[in-house]
Amino acid sequence: MAEARPTAVLRLLERLGRASASGLEAVGFGATLLSDSFWWIAQGRRHGQVVRAAPVFAEMMAIGVRALPIVTLLSGTIGLMLALQGIYSLRQFGAEQQVVLGVALGITREFAPLITGILVAGRSGSALAARLGTMTISNEIDALRVMGVNPVRFLVVPSLLALLVMLPCLVLWSELVALAAAGVYVAGELSTTFGVYVQQVNRAVTVSDLMHGLGKTAIFSVLIALVGIIDGSAVKGGAEGVGRVTTNAVVHSIAAIVFTDMLFVFATTR
Amino acid sequence: MTVALPTSTRPTVIEVNDLVTHYGARRILDGVDLRVQQGEILVIMGGSGSGKSTLLRHLLALEKPTSGRISLLGHDITQMNQFELYALARKMGVAFQGGALFSSMTVGANVMLPLREHTKLDHGTMQIMMRLKLEIVNLAGFEHLMPSELSGGMIKRAAFARAIIMDPALLFCDEPSAGLDPVVSAALDELILRLREALGMTIVVVTHELESAFRIADRITVLDGGRILATGTVDEIRGSSNPRIQNLLNRRFEEETLDPDAYLARLTGEGAPVR
Repeated sequence: MAEARPTAVLRLLERLGRASASGLEAVGFGATLLSDSFWWIAQGRRHGQVVRAAPVFAEMMAIGVRALPIVTLLSGTIGLMLALQGIYSLRQFGAEQQVVLGVALGITREFAPLITGILVAGRSGSALAARLGTMTISNEIDALRVMGVNPVRFLVVPSLLALLVMLPCLVLWSELVALAAAGVYVAGELSTTFGVYVQQVNRAVTVSDLMHGLGKTAIFSVLIALVGIIDGSAVKGGAEGVGRVTTNAVVHSIAAIVFTDMLFVFATTR
Repeated sequence: MTVALPTSTRPTVIEVNDLVTHYGARRILDGVDLRVQQGEILVIMGGSGSGKSTLLRHLLALEKPTSGRISLLGHDITQMNQFELYALARKMGVAFQGGALFSSMTVGANVMLPLREHTKLDHGTMQIMMRLKLEIVNLAGFEHLMPSELSGGMIKRAAFARAIIMDPALLFCDEPSAGLDPVVSAALDELILRLREALGMTIVVVTHELESAFRIADRITVLDGGRILATGTVDEIRGSSNPRIQNLLNRRFEEETLDPDAYLARLTGEGAPVR
């Protein structure tokens, strides 16, 4: 047994090393994809590879508009939940009148971007990975290349642009719905009016709070697009492989969103 | 039916010199030389693992070789950058084994895609050209269907239509008859011959189907273990005295000479025994 331990440690180290190397590789690939995407947006026309508007709008429809019902439902629920919890905890020292500040800042700075980001990662990041994975195993990416069509310009750019536009829109909508749902409960529970609640929210939330939420939303959009594409194009094997990369994409993008969120808050609020 | 063409007088459009490729540390192609003349149908044959698919991927510039030169229409594709390759791609058509039609687009949109990406034709003209090509492959009227609604043979024919939409000088076909019943497969062979006749294309077909190869080929190249065993006309290949070619032609199973020690080592999972 004594001589088994070093090999186990070595094996663990080797796995750690391999994981780090592949992680670094993915980060490098992501950076290349991102810079390539912006290069094609700017220079594509000069090289006869135009980024077309129609696929961007189609993606915006799929990523943004079709997500509206579920975003609305979840945001309303979370707004209500925050108001409930806020009043419950503040009542312990008789400060429930301050609940609006907590709810308004919590929603605009944290909850709306995070929940919407996670939701879109689950809906669209996975769809992106599944599509890229399927296209890779059925030679569709090769077909694009031999047709002289750049896959980054044709497949990556529309999704990236659509996410960059639609995710902030969804987050703004989510903030509105969550604040309204919280307001309905707060106004009833604290016996004020909805109008007073709106005034209090107006006083509590500044432009910089909104920008804090939207700023990280922009980063989330890029993360969801890149993780979906990197995981999707790493597909191996057949249909089972596509299932695996789809799961990976959801897990990785949600992890990336939460982790980036923490870093963003750490860097901007201290 | 094989048309004997005076190919020697025609210009060479595909030239491969001493192509060596690796997959990881494993050598896949080992000094492959190949020449294809304009208007010729060359069939690349070989069993599984012979390197024929790898050779095709290199001809399509989908992989970078370890060494060697691949020249298409007079351009060395191993030395070209991305944009030069994209420009060359407009003169090439590829029908992939599984069709590789984009599953989110209709058949018509799939066939029109190269036109939409590379030309400034108006939509009406593109549609006429698309229907023209669908007529050629006997798929007229199917342009509004999705690829998932087509049978295997129809998908392959739609892929042919997409491959020839730009009237390419070079057409590459990967296993056109794999997985199809004999009738559909014979129809595809006929289609390849018709395309050459009507449009004067140079066609490279990768296949392991003997019947199909003999039917369409002007010349056949036999690959085995990453090397070219022989290149010649159908009759030359048929008459070859090379035992490996004869094995391939007669579908003979090649019995490996049995080494009892190695066999035992394989079974017990040990390395090669020390001798």
